[in-house]
Amino acid sequence: MEMKVTQAPSVPMEWRRRKAKKHLSEKVIESMIKIGGFSSIIFIIAILFFILKEAFPFLIGAFDFKEFFSSTEWNPASVVKIKYGTLAILVGTIMVTALSMLIAVPLGIACAFFISEFCSPKLRETYKILIEFLAAIPSVVWGFIAIMMINPMIIELFNVPIGLNILNASLILALMSLPLIVSVGEDALRAVPESYREAAEAMGATKWEVATRVLLPAAKNGLMAAALLGVGRALGETMAVLMATGHAIQIPESVFEPGRTLTATIAAELGESPKGGEHYQALFAIGLMLFIISFIVNFSADYLIRGRRK
Amino acid sequence: MNRLILVILFLLLAACSKQSNILIIQNKGSDTLVNLAQAWAEEYKNINPNVALAVSGGGSGTGIAALINGTVDIANSSRAIKAEEREQAKKNTGKDVNEFIVGMDALAVFIHPSNPLSGLTLEETACIYGEGGHCTHWNQVRNTIVPGCKDNRIIRVSRQSNSGTYQYFREAILGKKRDLKLGSMDLSGSRESIDLVEKTPCAIGYSGMGYLNPRVKALCIQKSGDAPCIAPTVETAIDKSYPISRELYMYTSGDPSNEVKAYLDWTQSDRAHEITIKAGYVPAKKR
Repeated sequence: MEMKVTQAPSVPMEWRRRKAKKHLSEKVIESMIKIGGFSSIIFIIAILFFILKEAFPFLIGAFDFKEFFSSTEWNPASVVKIKYGTLAILVGTIMVTALSMLIAVPLGIACAFFISEFCSPKLRETYKILIEFLAAIPSVVWGFIAIMMINPMIIELFNVPIGLNILNASLILALMSLPLIVSVGEDALRAVPESYREAAEAMGATKWEVATRVLLPAAKNGLMAAALLGVGRALGETMAVLMATGHAIQIPESVFEPGRTLTATIAAELGESPKGGEHYQALFAIGLMLFIISFIVNFSADYLIRGRRK
Repeated sequence: MNRLILVILFLLLAACSKQSNILIIQNKGSDTLVNLAQAWAEEYKNINPNVALAVSGGGSGTGIAALINGTVDIANSSRAIKAEEREQAKKNTGKDVNEFIVGMDALAVFIHPSNPLSGLTLEETACIYGEGGHCTHWNQVRNTIVPGCKDNRIIRVSRQSNSGTYQYFREAILGKKRDLKLGSMDLSGSRESIDLVEKTPCAIGYSGMGYLNPRVKALCIQKSGDAPCIAPTVETAIDKSYPISRELYMYTSGDPSNEVKAYLDWTQSDRAHEITIKAGYVPAKKR
């Protein structure tokens, strides 16, 4: 302890010397980091530009606003009349995303509460690893589970003709977005200062009361952001929903009917049309639509996170 | 330490140069053909170790699109190339497309084993799958009652629209001027169609005969009401008595290079034909 005190005055001088010596390398590193930071913005703009460029000839050409948004018939390979109506696909996307979030958000947030507040440190570590393992399963495997396991289960449990439907896809998506919701939600709960918990406990609050009356309001924004990031995850998933929804073009009358999503449509059909064809461009128009939807979702998530910090 | 790095680099280089002696033929397209193409490629490694085939699926449309864009050596297709695709390829690559018939395939229509139905006429199939067809429930087809199928509803399993199987099926069942009904389950592979039908009592699906397994029931098909009901087999596909059988194609851009030509010729050898039959397809007739 004493030695440190005696050495203390020489330290700043040492630093100054080192700083002068490393001035150039520091500058290089600094600018590299700057480039790294800006590059992500450039990528986003480049992606948007690319999508716009590919979709543009369709938007000014064969694009029919009324058909695109109000027709339920998406039939690019028709031999009678080619139609690009996205209504059924859009409704399918919204239904799948909404239902999956209805399942995943309460579950994920409850799970985040459990991990951060209620379980022992040892259990917490194993638990977190297990939850994160869910995120490591490839989506094709999820799709296979949807067809081979959940499909017959839904047919039997609910006595319906087909088990590849909105419910099936929502279950799969809920499981897939759970790890994200849990880990972001847990971070939000950990960010609540320890003094809040201590103060509440000092006043005689039970653990349950601390969680529901103190932590929930304090971490509200962060938890909302976790939910919205989950929405983004569910919205963007491709392969698993392609297999689990049944990929049928129709407006699902209930959660037990098959449907189709925007992402799955692009995934299944983009390889088909030669580059630059009308169908290819129409798929990019769908891509643009998805880009705008996910932008709105991410923007609101970001807004909520910033709201928390204020 | 430095010497060690040098040694490692040298070894890596050696490994690379050894690799580069092998010619890689890109082979892409039809999901129906992919199993067969893979089996052939596997065997061809023993015949000519200097040539490796990189086989991938994705659908006939995908393969032909890749041929047009000039990114494959051989495009697999379970339907004939369209005139406008030929033109596009010519425009893009400056070369004519060459066609090789490498095999035949019977398109099987199959149902869940608990479904008591045993055969369909082409007309009934069109009633189930075709636009405007009114058959939505199994009892409308030969008064069939399917145990375990809620409401007796027909669940149509189909394929994504770039699939050659989809396009051939549409043409064989409905002709060139009618669409398939929307709202079917458009899966992206033959294997998935089979898997789904296997697990769904209400379902009906179609795929190349090579994908059939004992857990689904293949239907025999009648050309018309009074014609005999023909089951999809190698024999009925060869003599063309099975109404929905088709040629399988491989396409190259321009005249194939010597290595590609040698491979395409080999696919018509006796050994390759054995593999074809084993994989559940039908060898092309000797021309």
